[in-house]
Amino acid sequence: MSEPAAASQTVAPAPAAAAAPLLEVEGLTVRLRAGGAMQPVLRDVSVTIRAGEALGLVGESGSGKSMTARAIDRLLPDGAEVDGSIRYEGHDVASLSGTGLRQYRNQVAMIFQDPRAHTNPVRRIGDFMTEALRTNLGVPGAEANRRAVEMLEQVGVGGGARRLRQHPHELSGGMLQRVMIAAALLTEPRLLLADEPTTALDVTTQSEVMAILDDLRREFGLAMLFITHDLELAAAICDRTAVMYAGQIVEVRSSDRLHDDPLHPYTAALAAARPDISRTAARLLAIPGRPLSAFEAPAAECAFAPRCAHAQEACRAALPELAELDGGLSRCRRASELRGRLGTASDG
Amino acid sequence: MSAGIPVAVAEPGRPRVLIGVQSTGLAGIASAAVIAVATLVAVFGPLLARTDPELPNLSLAWIGPGGGHLLGFDVQGRDVLSRLLVGARTSMLGPLVVVIVSVVTGTGFAVVAAWRRGAADAVISSGLDILFAFPGILLAVLATAIFGAGLPAAAISLSIAYMPYVARVLRGAALRERSQPYVAALEVQGASASSICLRHLIPNILPLIVAQATILFGYAMVDLAAISFLGLGVQPPKPDWGVMISENQTGIVQGYPLPALAAGLCIVAVVIAFNVLGERLFERAQAGRG
Amino acid sequence: MAEAGGAPVLEAPVLEAPVLEATGLRKEFGSLVAVDDVSLRVQPARSLAIVGESGSGKTTIARMIVGLERPTSGTISACGHDRSRPARSVRDRRRRGREVQIVFQDPYTSLDPRQSPQAAIDEILRLHHGWPDQRRRERMAELIDLVGLDIRQSRSLPRALSGGQRQRVAIARALAAEPRILILDESVAALDVSIQAQVLNLLADIRDETSVSYVLISHDLAVVRQLTDEVLVLHRGRVVEHGPTSRVLDDPQDSYTRRLRASVPRPGWKPVRGLPAGKEQEASSP
Repeated sequence: MSEPAAASQTVAPAPAAAAAPLLEVEGLTVRLRAGGAMQPVLRDVSVTIRAGEALGLVGESGSGKSMTARAIDRLLPDGAEVDGSIRYEGHDVASLSGTGLRQYRNQVAMIFQDPRAHTNPVRRIGDFMTEALRTNLGVPGAEANRRAVEMLEQVGVGGGARRLRQHPHELSGGMLQRVMIAAALLTEPRLLLADEPTTALDVTTQSEVMAILDDLRREFGLAMLFITHDLELAAAICDRTAVMYAGQIVEVRSSDRLHDDPLHPYTAALAAARPDISRTAARLLAIPGRPLSAFEAPAAECAFAPRCAHAQEACRAALPELAELDGGLSRCRRASELRGRLGTASDG
Repeated sequence: MSAGIPVAVAEPGRPRVLIGVQSTGLAGIASAAVIAVATLVAVFGPLLARTDPELPNLSLAWIGPGGGHLLGFDVQGRDVLSRLLVGARTSMLGPLVVVIVSVVTGTGFAVVAAWRRGAADAVISSGLDILFAFPGILLAVLATAIFGAGLPAAAISLSIAYMPYVARVLRGAALRERSQPYVAALEVQGASASSICLRHLIPNILPLIVAQATILFGYAMVDLAAISFLGLGVQPPKPDWGVMISENQTGIVQGYPLPALAAGLCIVAVVIAFNVLGERLFERAQAGRG
Repeated sequence: MAEAGGAPVLEAPVLEAPVLEATGLRKEFGSLVAVDDVSLRVQPARSLAIVGESGSGKTTIARMIVGLERPTSGTISACGHDRSRPARSVRDRRRRGREVQIVFQDPYTSLDPRQSPQAAIDEILRLHHGWPDQRRRERMAELIDLVGLDIRQSRSLPRALSGGQRQRVAIARALAAEPRILILDESVAALDVSIQAQVLNLLADIRDETSVSYVLISHDLAVVRQLTDEVLVLHRGRVVEHGPTSRVLDDPQDSYTRRLRASVPRPGWKPVRGLPAGKEQEASSP
């Protein structure tokens, strides 16, 4: 079986443990109005990202992963109720406004799943790429253009100044997504929020874009929150991976240990449900039932219990807390006793 | 993928038009009420009128309200209220015919154009564009010159004028629906074009059709009233709100505005009601598609 | 886990007539050649995957097979009947519907939003089979049960059903015609991973029960491995490789196939930059 030569190994030096976290989300609970009532979409979500660190956020529909990113970027819909706190470099994000909010948006850049939905088709690429530089940071036009061209080179979009004059529809999906990455990096952010940036791309394009994202992130020392439904994709470029289910974080684990030694039955089940490209199985290990959203899950028990092969009475008695285990976090009450029996190394 | 926000489950049995009307808010309900009253009057008007609406009595001309005649008498001494009640029939019937004919034919053309696409669509669209060039009133004048004045000629010519408008609006929606995968799935099953259009395509654009028809009713009423006002539509002495304005217009400058104004207000009230309800239904139809 | 349940690794000798055969398929859209000289063959009870990325022509091929597009040149025949040209009559179209059916990618637009699953399936049963009411009702219940839905779900409107449930309805509707060939046009691509696994298992079960042949259109090599015996790899409208699925995926010969395989995330995978032939089109791709 031919395997490509692995590119950069872990390059970024581990940041000093004593440094305060760059982004700290604590007890985030979000409710949205739906069907006449306020329904929860996120329940007690807590994550920490240090400078230069990449955290993957993995989940299926209704898990709340996109909503988490939107909450961090202050993009929640009107009328959303938010409890808990989001702190960036110690400042409370919810209370920012005006200049403070603009500066925050320079520091925390976001790239989305569908670049076309987030670009104005009548504006040239150069215009929207340099807008933040010119208006927020006061960089003169010519200089801003120069930086834009340089950044485009870095993401593999050649053509220099000519590119800046093109319109979004002249580029393919993959090229446009690279342009979005370049645009996001221009303001020299410290944190990148990537919401399923490669989901809409072909798999070969995805591989290329992921490699670019990985390279540049390390080069600029950026922290990143990478959202995806694909467990292996997150593990590929993130140092740690968090798994969400029904609006809650159920596991946080270092990526290289996530697959072989998961700490939550859902993570293990998710990995096992995926067909294996290297062999044909008669049947897949499907999880019965369907993924729940936060408002569908019962509030006072483990949300995954009805679908879990390892559920017991105690799992339905009370909502399990997120507890530390072996350097990671798990919301499974039976996590320590199930260790070793969850990974794909064992059968089922 | 859907965010999983709970959506109200519609039971298959409940007619969607009714749901549409009752959830259009206060303005929508008020409009529906006005329309309901106007419809009842159109149906039962002649039974409610106490005095013969067509019998002139010049000695009573222009006398104001009093003694059981709530709106007084008009230029020929006829009871205004009775004429309004009876006139509702033609004033409502005319637009109804126009709406039915233009909407049915317009839907037909829109669906055929959307289904066949390509050359057929191009031909139909061009044909509609040509028809668009003729304003309703001009066509009505032409029709009365050929067929003589009266409601039928006016209604038919207006239907022809409105049809391309309906077809244009519905063509877009029909094209969207036609390119949905469920239509393709039915084609692959071997279902005939007519059965797919009648049982799937049209029912799915029905909210839009109903909204469009409702709005169109208001426009038709104004246009027909204008045509009657000009003497090309309903002929006097038949009571019709447009005719009443024409007949009683001299009263306005002479100091007897009530007969003409009363008829005018009836038209305005009903037209506004149809417009408001139609706009609400239109918004609902657009929202429902999301 | 048991290896390759029911799918022989060696190519079976061609003894029976293929249920689906296409030769020299070509499709042009103006000056764009979407499909260029593609030939394929599906044996009874075997399944074929057509793999490619956007612009590969795989969806166009699927649409030509079911008659939604007309080939510019080339021939297609299913169950021994030629279908290279559009059907002449409604009766002909219906017969073709009993030979090849299709399940589309998007569960949210594959069903008429105003029709319950029961009504949708009933309509198809009426279309193809002149059965009395009782027989039709029984068959409907069988189909609903076959795809793993319950009575209550089958009476709801699509808006009350999840993506996975809607896809099950789409599968039941396609099976109502009792086709020999079922084309799955990225039918699991829009589903959550855990639901995708359920539907893949369902498809395997259905195949065991009905001996239908699948033609799986997909970009996902892992799904292809799970469900098919043979695979055709397309790149820009041309076949670059074909053969038994396990062989092609374990030991790809063509450079594009190798690149495709190397791009699939799996445990321990790392993306690599600057792989050859990364020329992306300038103009926006579909």
